[in-house]
Amino acid sequence: MTLHENTRRAGADAAGEDATAGATVPVTLTVNREVRHLTLDPRTTLLDALREHLRLTGTKKGCDHGQCGACTVIVEGRRINSCLSLAVMHDGEAVTTIEGLGTPERLHPMQKAFVTHDGFQCGYCTPGQICSAVAVLAEIADGIPSHVTADLADVRFSDAEVRERMSGNICRCAAYPNIIAAIRAVAEGAA
Amino acid sequence: MRFDQPATTNPIDRGRVVGVPHDRIDGPAKVTGTAPYAYERHDAAPDAAYGWIVGSAIARGRITAIDTRAAEAAPGVLGVVTHENAGPLGKGRFNTAHLLGGPAIEHYDQALALVVAETLEQARDAAALVRIDCVAEEGRFDLAAGIDGAEVPGPFFGKDPDSAAGDFDAAFAAAPVKVDQTYTTPDHSHAMMEPHATTALWADGRLTLWTSNQMVAWTVGEVARTLNMPPENIRLVSPYVGGGFGAKLFLRADALMAALGARHVGRPVKVALARPQVPNNTVHRPATIQRVRIGADRNGVIDAIAHESWSGNLPGGNVEMAAMQTRLLYGGRNRLTRHRIAALDLPEGNSMRAPGEAVGMLALEVAMDELAEACGVDPVELRIRNDVAYDPEAGPDRPFSSRPFVDCLRRGAERFGWSRRNPTPGRVRDGRWLVGMGMAAAFRGNQMSRSAARVGVDGRGTVTVETDMTDIGTGTYTILAQTAAETLGVPLEAVRVHLGDSRFPVAAGSGGQWGANSAASGVYAACMTLREALAQKAGFNAGDAVFENGAIVAGNRSVPIADVAGREGVWVEDAIEFGDLDKTYAQGTFGAHFCEVGVDAYTGEIRVRRMVGAFAAGRILNPKSARNQIIGAMTMGVGAALMEELVVDTRHGYFVNHDLAEYHVPVHADIPDQDVLFIEELDDKSSPLKAKGVGELGICGAGAAVANAVHNACGVRIRAYPLTLDKVLRGLGAVT
Ligand code: FES
Ligand code: FES
Repeated sequence: MTLHENTRRAGADAAGEDATAGATVPVTLTVNREVRHLTLDPRTTLLDALREHLRLTGTKKGCDHGQCGACTVIVEGRRINSCLSLAVMHDGEAVTTIEGLGTPERLHPMQKAFVTHDGFQCGYCTPGQICSAVAVLAEIADGIPSHVTADLADVRFSDAEVRERMSGNICRCAAYPNIIAAIRAVAEGAA
Repeated sequence: MRFDQPATTNPIDRGRVVGVPHDRIDGPAKVTGTAPYAYERHDAAPDAAYGWIVGSAIARGRITAIDTRAAEAAPGVLGVVTHENAGPLGKGRFNTAHLLGGPAIEHYDQALALVVAETLEQARDAAALVRIDCVAEEGRFDLAAGIDGAEVPGPFFGKDPDSAAGDFDAAFAAAPVKVDQTYTTPDHSHAMMEPHATTALWADGRLTLWTSNQMVAWTVGEVARTLNMPPENIRLVSPYVGGGFGAKLFLRADALMAALGARHVGRPVKVALARPQVPNNTVHRPATIQRVRIGADRNGVIDAIAHESWSGNLPGGNVEMAAMQTRLLYGGRNRLTRHRIAALDLPEGNSMRAPGEAVGMLALEVAMDELAEACGVDPVELRIRNDVAYDPEAGPDRPFSSRPFVDCLRRGAERFGWSRRNPTPGRVRDGRWLVGMGMAAAFRGNQMSRSAARVGVDGRGTVTVETDMTDIGTGTYTILAQTAAETLGVPLEAVRVHLGDSRFPVAAGSGGQWGANSAASGVYAACMTLREALAQKAGFNAGDAVFENGAIVAGNRSVPIADVAGREGVWVEDAIEFGDLDKTYAQGTFGAHFCEVGVDAYTGEIRVRRMVGAFAAGRILNPKSARNQIIGAMTMGVGAALMEELVVDTRHGYFVNHDLAEYHVPVHADIPDQDVLFIEELDDKSSPLKAKGVGELGICGAGAAVANAVHNACGVRIRAYPLTLDKVLRGLGAVT
């Protein structure tokens, strides 16, 4: 019997257990404050674990190569491109996705600001922009400098800081000025 | 409803809901990630298997053998589809190359196989085990080398490739001031954020495709033609489209291969193109070589104007109509336009946002800047002097329906502070930056297309709109709800809009910036029919009745429409049909772009510092979403000016930089604040809504304004887009 045959079964269940992978590994993630146990093909990216196994499709796949930011989620308080990271690397970690920020009935302030300032068009880059934006404000609050920070000891909000930090999140619809306006509104507490 | 006479006063003119900058009604779904896109239909196809496309590694040739045994034996694999087992396939009318190649290979990364497996990881790995032997044949990959053998293309959307008026050659020869320059634009990639994706399901010989597509009804027809099956057995669902820009106008390989894969394995299958497959497997905007000649008097008044454009495509493919705007934008008695097409074996060229004008204006509007310089006339004033109230090829008998072009130029110039521009290049310095200002006209034709909708009202007074129209980020959900709310006199919150399902009446679809005006007019037509049905049911004379506050009112009688609708509700269907007002009148959308750039005196790096645009596009149905369309298009224009270029490998025939790391598009840090001004305009010859398209106008001329600003900043005139810093550096003198 080969390594592959002994685990092959038909179908995959909605809870996310991948029944037909060659070798599988158990992974536990805390996603949006809920503990989720998964059995995954080790090749599964964090992005596909979320989208295909946990069926949290709010996180988008624009490139699968770390080039667009559509897959941005917040892991242990920091934003990452979930397509560039294998799920097994995050065993035991806490992940926040767009679904964890808010719902249509109870929008997170950043989500609300994106609606008010029309910070999107097609919506496909949007969950990534919003997760990134929430994390960017936290980075600035934590004093983490960026390429355009003039004084490393004085990190503060500015449009230039946000444009720089958000540049890993491509919006081909190019709602860029509206996205900046939304983030600025949240930073100023005016959302 | 037939629209063949100019619109008169109608319920839309109330302007209580239409014309108001409402937030998008699909906003909460999009910002929470709950709007389902094509690959995310776990609800509809929970057991979907995963397909992975294997593309051709050569540009042109033949398959000699396919060996799928290793792939089929790989873990989790359910089946492999190739031309050998796919069954007989037709070809869609809008496809130039076959979507499934073999034995003939027509372009690089043409789909040759689909591997279907239980998981994505398994399908992807097994795809690498499919062995395809082929023999390569010589191909033609270089547009510049191909233009000598270029041919006259057939008509494109009914438009002749050539046009002429007066005697261009004689007038140009006699002109005191001449510009004669050649400009080149490279191949562009749509690069929408959602790659093409489809979930396919077969049941009892009927096929359902949840797919990302701009044109639902077209594509149903194309699936029918390709799979040789009746269109009534096909359902296509496309409620959310993660960007298209023309790339999703047609049936593409994701949908066909998902359908074939699902049929082969007897289970739903979903397929998304991998990002690196998008530029070569799908379509792109073709490169152009454009020669513009303008002859004018010493005051800059044009007497002779010619625009010729060469582009390439696969044999049978469309030409890029880059000279179209030159037929209409400026006056001058002696005129000529020509399009020629060269046969190339690169991937298929097709429409991308504002096909024709987007690249045509990159050439024409730099030529106008060169003319302004040659005459010593201010570029804004030059355009005002050459404004024309009618179609200059046809003469005064074909006036423009409305043309507030000069308003756009003047108001935009004022807003931008154009009067502060120093006309001599290279004179304004800000530290290491050479600062310049440039401008360009914006022009895009106005097209309309038949569009139908079904509208109903129920016993709670909720209005529901159903149409196969799509919202590709354009704001369609919202403007259709606004149109229905205005026409029926109900609040926006009382309207539900369902889009993108082939079970609904056929709408205009999203393309050619005809979507908003046409589809909203279709909804208006259906709502007017609904008003009649409701009035009649309630015993009113529809002509006297006013619909407001959720009620029908006439004299001192008022009946809530909810009560009239009753438990069973009232539903109607109607369509807008356009007569020939667009033939009697020339119709277009206009604008003026203004841009300030900094050019690094040492490195040649270009930074856009500010952009202002003034635009006229008829009634603006929702200023918030319309502005977003404009700024997005302006940004795509910045991309075309400064960075976007699919680099052709002319030996092997493919686009080398086929992902988002190497095909550069503007990011946050590239785009400053953009100021958009809409000029008030109602065009009663465009539609009952007096609106026009706005989705493509903003890209037309935007890149030329950037290029002209670069010239003003540093004196370097670059005629080969994009304006990368190596080209700037070549023209920059020694730094002083
Ligand atoms: S999908 Fe992860 S960066 Fe593009
Ligand atoms: S909203 Fe479409 S890519 Fe950003």
